Amino acid sequence: MKMSIEKPARGKIILGAVLAACTAPLALMALPHAKADDSAQVAGPVAMRRLTQDEYKQIIEDVFGPTVTLGGRFEPDMRDAGLMAVGASQVSVTASGIEQYDTMARKIASQVVDEQHRASMIPCKPADPKAADDACAKQFLAKAGKLLYRRPLSDHELQTEVAGANAAATKVKDFYAGLGLALASLLEAPQFLFRQEVAEPDPDHSGQYRLDAYSKASRLSFFLWDSAPDAQLLQAAESGELNTGRGMAKQVDRMMASPRLEAGVRAFFSDMLGFDAFENLAKDRTLYPKFNPRVASDAEEQTLKTIVQVVLTDNGDYRDLFTTRKTFLTQALASIYKVPIAPPDGAWNAWVPYEYPADAEQAGILTEASFVGLHSHPGRSSPTIRGKALRTTILCEKVPDPPGNVNFTVVQDTNNPQYKTARERVTAHRTEPTCAGCHKLIDPIGLGMENFDTIGGFRTTENGAPIDASGELDGVKFADAIGLGRAVHDNAAVPACLVNRIYEYAVGHKPNKAEGEWLKSDLEKEFASNGYRVPALMRAVATSDAFYRVTPPTTGAIDAPTPKFADANSKQETAK
Amino acid sequence: MNAIQELSRRRVLRGVLGGAAVTVGLPFLDCFLNTNGTALASGQALPTCFGSWFWGLGLNPGRWEPKQVGKIVDLGEELKALEPYKDKINVYSGMKVYLDGRPLITHYSGDWSLLTGTTPREERVEIPSIDVLIGDVIGTRTRFRSLEVAATGNATHSYSRRAGAALNPAETSPVGLYTRVFGPEFKDPNAADFTPDPAVMARQSVLSAITEQRADIQKHLGAADKARLDEYFSSLRQIEQQLDIELQKPAPLEACTTPAKAEEMPPGTEIETVQNNHKLFAAILAHALACNQTRVVNITFSDATSSLRKQGSSMTEHVQSHEEAIDPQLGYQPNVTYFMERVMEGFAATLASLEAIKEGDGTLLDRMLIMASSDTGYAKVHSLENIPLLTAGKAGGKMKTGIHVSAKGDPGTRVGLTVQQAMGVPINSWGTDSMQTAKTITEVMA
Repeated sequence: MKMSIEKPARGKIILGAVLAACTAPLALMALPHAKADDSAQVAGPVAMRRLTQDEYKQIIEDVFGPTVTLGGRFEPDMRDAGLMAVGASQVSVTASGIEQYDTMARKIASQVVDEQHRASMIPCKPADPKAADDACAKQFLAKAGKLLYRRPLSDHELQTEVAGANAAATKVKDFYAGLGLALASLLEAPQFLFRQEVAEPDPDHSGQYRLDAYSKASRLSFFLWDSAPDAQLLQAAESGELNTGRGMAKQVDRMMASPRLEAGVRAFFSDMLGFDAFENLAKDRTLYPKFNPRVASDAEEQTLKTIVQVVLTDNGDYRDLFTTRKTFLTQALASIYKVPIAPPDGAWNAWVPYEYPADAEQAGILTEASFVGLHSHPGRSSPTIRGKALRTTILCEKVPDPPGNVNFTVVQDTNNPQYKTARERVTAHRTEPTCAGCHKLIDPIGLGMENFDTIGGFRTTENGAPIDASGELDGVKFADAIGLGRAVHDNAAVPACLVNRIYEYAVGHKPNKAEGEWLKSDLEKEFASNGYRVPALMRAVATSDAFYRVTPPTTGAIDAPTPKFADANSKQETAK
Repeated sequence: MNAIQELSRRRVLRGVLGGAAVTVGLPFLDCFLNTNGTALASGQALPTCFGSWFWGLGLNPGRWEPKQVGKIVDLGEELKALEPYKDKINVYSGMKVYLDGRPLITHYSGDWSLLTGTTPREERVEIPSIDVLIGDVIGTRTRFRSLEVAATGNATHSYSRRAGAALNPAETSPVGLYTRVFGPEFKDPNAADFTPDPAVMARQSVLSAITEQRADIQKHLGAADKARLDEYFSSLRQIEQQLDIELQKPAPLEACTTPAKAEEMPPGTEIETVQNNHKLFAAILAHALACNQTRVVNITFSDATSSLRKQGSSMTEHVQSHEEAIDPQLGYQPNVTYFMERVMEGFAATLASLEAIKEGDGTLLDRMLIMASSDTGYAKVHSLENIPLLTAGKAGGKMKTGIHVSAKGDPGTRVGLTVQQAMGVPINSWGTDSMQTAKTITEVMA
């Protein structure tokens, strides 16, 4: 079931508005120049990433505005090396997937050209609305195409699209219907669905390659804003500004200062924490009647709000996410957590900031339903699943699969098959040698969260027996979830994991050896020295040379001429 | 040249023969049908169709295998639900998956080894599954190359993949499937009137614009990304083909009727919900096959790490498979076995949907071949020995049925090889390493 989450308000770039001149002066902060990492060997592959569901939705909203709705469903994104962003570099589009993209594209396009929207979206009128109009189709498709493809269309691309629009308009005797179909074809074309990066020789470093300016703009924009470049960023690419350290820094500053940075932070953490799993999260309705889709959606949003508050609004220490007593609650969540909140009058589902008292048993995002609930069975908690999730998502460790043909009879006392607590159930795992190797790494930390049932409700007993939530994380002993949170906060693998994840998220691949060394020698240290501030880390990535330096693909014509962008129509939209 | 002109009989024949589908009947277009719609004009039978049917966690060893080898007399207890169909199915026992030193990726190695012929080295498979191999031979000229459904309501509970790292996502809602197949774009083959829709031709014009840009797009790509782009274009061709087909007057098909519109049911993994959604899916798929909208269907009843559960129970079938004690009197895990019995009732329900479509003297099941497989033998210990495998249907006369084959220690790919050969895939060997086999199960070949 798809949960809807409240999106934060953010500036909308509606196509109509984009067509107007962008004259707003830039409020620039101090301009740190591009960080010149000294290791010229740090270069990753160019990527071809399929848009994730959220990126697709965000682009549609940015380009066409919030009144244009999506229909249909997306192909599932794929997680690799812990991130959808990395999986996106490996997936293609299946036959049933393209059907869905086709359906969605036609639905979106038909709204854009309908009578309600066409005046604001289409910058011209056809000479005859019942016939093809080459000039008007060209004007519109060049503009829309540039925003959707994240670069100007080549002459050939534009010609074929316009020819398609004209042929379609002639067949159905309707200019707007033909234009809508051509727009739909842009929306299901590989140039839109895939973020295709292009390498070019780096004129400043002989023998090296860098992303071309439009590819740089996309990498930057999807990283910081979870969406396609806006008109200003495209202009900076077109003018060559993005190829200078100063120009790049100026754009990074602008984007870091924008409220849209929140979308980028949310998208990264949603990916890292595996929040896509909320889509299929189900709990047993008989055992947990309080759980419903609204609660699931609130649980996801609670943690995202907490993250935004700590790492962005307060510009705090990333590690405080695991110990903070501050959070946000709705009435539905408060009821599960059994804490009293006072929502504003009549606003039953309003978000209310809440701070747990100093002696509370809850603190940090590991005690929120988005963690303990997401990593549980439908009907009961699971120290093993939770422990494994903590190891893999927060500490970036790999937990091996269980061995085959295990004799599970040792785990069972047939005289007393119903162990009362999870600790009793999983202790047997750790006494069986073939299981113990891994379970001793995951169970003791998972048991630290046993005071939270499968939907995140606090409890002190299970089946009438008291819960012992003590455990150990990498040699650090703790008594309960509060102690576990502190142990996570102080664990050196936690910030190192975040640095790796954020870089992998930004570039869409697992770091190669040189990249890995650079992350360790530079970024991890820098992250520590700036007090584990996430925005500073994002800025460091975004302004590093390594972020834009690439190894060219093994085949393909790197030196092939770039498309000719000089088109009168496409220039208009960025004219001052 | 418009789409109608493109679809000349000669071009169609050349296309199919070019795809090495020499053992398959003629393409199923109107010009080839006889007057009563039960066979092609040439006298050949209606085309064969394929289905895969997947469930998680296997069955209890010793409780499902028929006692006798050869003609099925008595089915094992856990196959009891299939009693009405025992003459229309085959049961294969004793077969296994070999790891060849690779790690056992639980609930992953076994299923994908049987479905692709290669035991995966990591949690990642990039070769096509058997339904795709078969679909490329029999399913290239229908509106949908294949249709996937997951009764568990999760699009990733799919056991079909073409290339690259992604699954062919499963439909999660019967209403969604209904709309996709029988919605406004469905052309009823028995409708009296047919008018080609100009809007469809208009869509063709704009899609061809994408194809015309292909060379521009791929010039910057490395080999791996080029392969992904090729897959994209192969998928895009399906849309173009759907449009071609929408512009053709479809062949009248006596057995084709539009199913009743499905009611929206909430998805979920509670067993009753899964059973209900599965039945709705199976009925729609049977109609889709009867109406020649596709020739390949892939049904997931439960995922490999079975998330089936009873309402009010704290444990899924998977958790129970590890934690439930063996009842000393019964000798098996009663709660886990409860789900296994429901699974086989589900398979029986799929067969019932196909049997419900009468075609001449027979039923749709007669011209189908369904391969049912799972991920483990004895799930309690993640065993890859004696993984239950079943087939149903006569594949249009290519298969004998009502037979129990016992082949202890043979790679389970023998079933996949046999099934592919029955469906006309021109191969004499399938699989890699210890899963490689050239031993067709001749006992079941007609």
